[in-house]
Amino acid sequence: MTATLIWILVALVAIGLYLSWTAGRLDRLHARIDATRAALDAQLLRRASVAQELATAGVLDPAASIVLYEAAHEARQAEEEHREIAESELSQALRAVFAEAQQVEGVREARGGEEAVRELAEAVRRVPMARRFHNDAVRAARALRRHRKVRWFRLAGHAPFPMAFEMDDEAPAALVERV
Amino acid sequence: MRIGIVCPYSWDVPGGVQFHIRDLAEYFVRQGHEVSVLAPADDDTPLPPYVVSAGRAVPVPYNGSVARLNFGFLSAARVRRWLHDGAFDVIHIHEPASPSLGLLACWSASGPIVATFHTSNPRSRAMIAAYSILQAALEKISARIAVSEYARRTLVEHLGGDAVVIPNGVDVDFFAKAEPKPEWQGGTIGFIGRIDEPRKGLPVLMRALPRILAARPETRLLVAGRGDEEEAVASLPAELRSRVEFLGMVSDEEKARLLRSVDLYVAPNTGGESFGIILVEALSAGAPVLASDLDAFAQVLDQGAAGELFANEDADALAVAAVRLLGDPARREELRERGSAHVRRFDWSTVGADIMSVYETVTAGAAAVAADDRATGLRARLGLARD
Repeated sequence: MTATLIWILVALVAIGLYLSWTAGRLDRLHARIDATRAALDAQLLRRASVAQELATAGVLDPAASIVLYEAAHEARQAEEEHREIAESELSQALRAVFAEAQQVEGVREARGGEEAVRELAEAVRRVPMARRFHNDAVRAARALRRHRKVRWFRLAGHAPFPMAFEMDDEAPAALVERV
Repeated sequence: MRIGIVCPYSWDVPGGVQFHIRDLAEYFVRQGHEVSVLAPADDDTPLPPYVVSAGRAVPVPYNGSVARLNFGFLSAARVRRWLHDGAFDVIHIHEPASPSLGLLACWSASGPIVATFHTSNPRSRAMIAAYSILQAALEKISARIAVSEYARRTLVEHLGGDAVVIPNGVDVDFFAKAEPKPEWQGGTIGFIGRIDEPRKGLPVLMRALPRILAARPETRLLVAGRGDEEEAVASLPAELRSRVEFLGMVSDEEKARLLRSVDLYVAPNTGGESFGIILVEALSAGAPVLASDLDAFAQVLDQGAAGELFANEDADALAVAAVRLLGDPARREELRERGSAHVRRFDWSTVGADIMSVYETVTAGAAAVAADDRATGLRARLGLARD
């Protein structure tokens, strides 16, 4: 009788430890999502700032300046639910403006242009990187949260179901081309 | 930035991953970062100042061959100690899925972790069985890097998730500025790789050689790499054997000079390649490249634009292409030029900057790396820790 009781107790403690460990995993994943999301936000903001700076610097023709300024402004001001669309539109605007290598060269030749092009090239390279890392964290968390043990014991608590950040982040070819 | 790099394979055994880590570490040291590499090594091996030994690797049968791995209580303790002493801003683990230091480091660290996946192995049974154990460790990785689009695809299929592709780096100028050696010039074909490893493809080249020599009798084949030389030429008719010269193991300098000297570099590998660093080195040295059409090779050669491809394991196709290229100096010159331009994207200056971007992306706003203290974590979860 006592032996059975002890065994049940041992089993309960083991289950408890396992669930606690799983909750720890989930907690770590949520922290990772927060960190990667913050990093993505930082990169997106940086990209929009550099684009806006370029648009107002007078190194582009007026039409290109307006297109770029408009898109960069929209991306910075967008509400959360329109963010993905606004950022995608900024990607498209950047691709349209820097479709040709001559345009990039033109900006480079202007005063301080070298620096601006370098910064923009860095930003358009890092946005897809940060987004990939974020969505990777989201996928890992989702996989774990879908598991029975997590659903039955409500290990995720009140944390919102993680959402991937979907956008068009293809960089302008002329900017990332390295020869 | 304080960077900790974990190497899964013995530092005293030469290999692609080890060389990659050595070059990466030296690049970052030159850039003024603080780098520490944790690698398995014998106690008496001389190590560069930035390498910390994790003890001897133990040979264990794993995944169909004998692998030298580090695991167990002692290794885990050393990993923790290294993490604790290093106080790194980021740690970069290579091959985190192999049951060695990489996995141990993943297991016992918390904070920004970057991981590079080098191999593109077919899914192993051990991996499937260990999936849930692996997953708990691998999900700590904040950023994954795959060395090629091919390696990325395997990674996504096996473990899910995604990765950014950053190729392996090469010091392009080291190869581009090497001095050609006159005795290796003039109708020469180069091959570098283990002679006794069939996947490196020397047997395919040996089957093609009689046809190449029939069309161009003055051709010589220069083979650099260790293995049984007698056995390698056994399939060749006796009178042709003098056209093959074995150079044995060559130093990095000799390798660069060899690649600078040859008229054609042939990479007849039949499989098991996830990247193909040797092709990048050949392109850097300005050698016209003829390679089998493995996924990884086609990608390095820009789908045939930077070097020619032939159908894998097809000795006849190899012979035809080699004869055509050896007889066409204009085409070789064209390949040299395209290769030299294409290869710039694999230079350490580009690759190192990309890897640094990954570090900066994951460390932005994150705490530094620490040993993951499970005891405290558990107590905290049970409400016993003082907050």
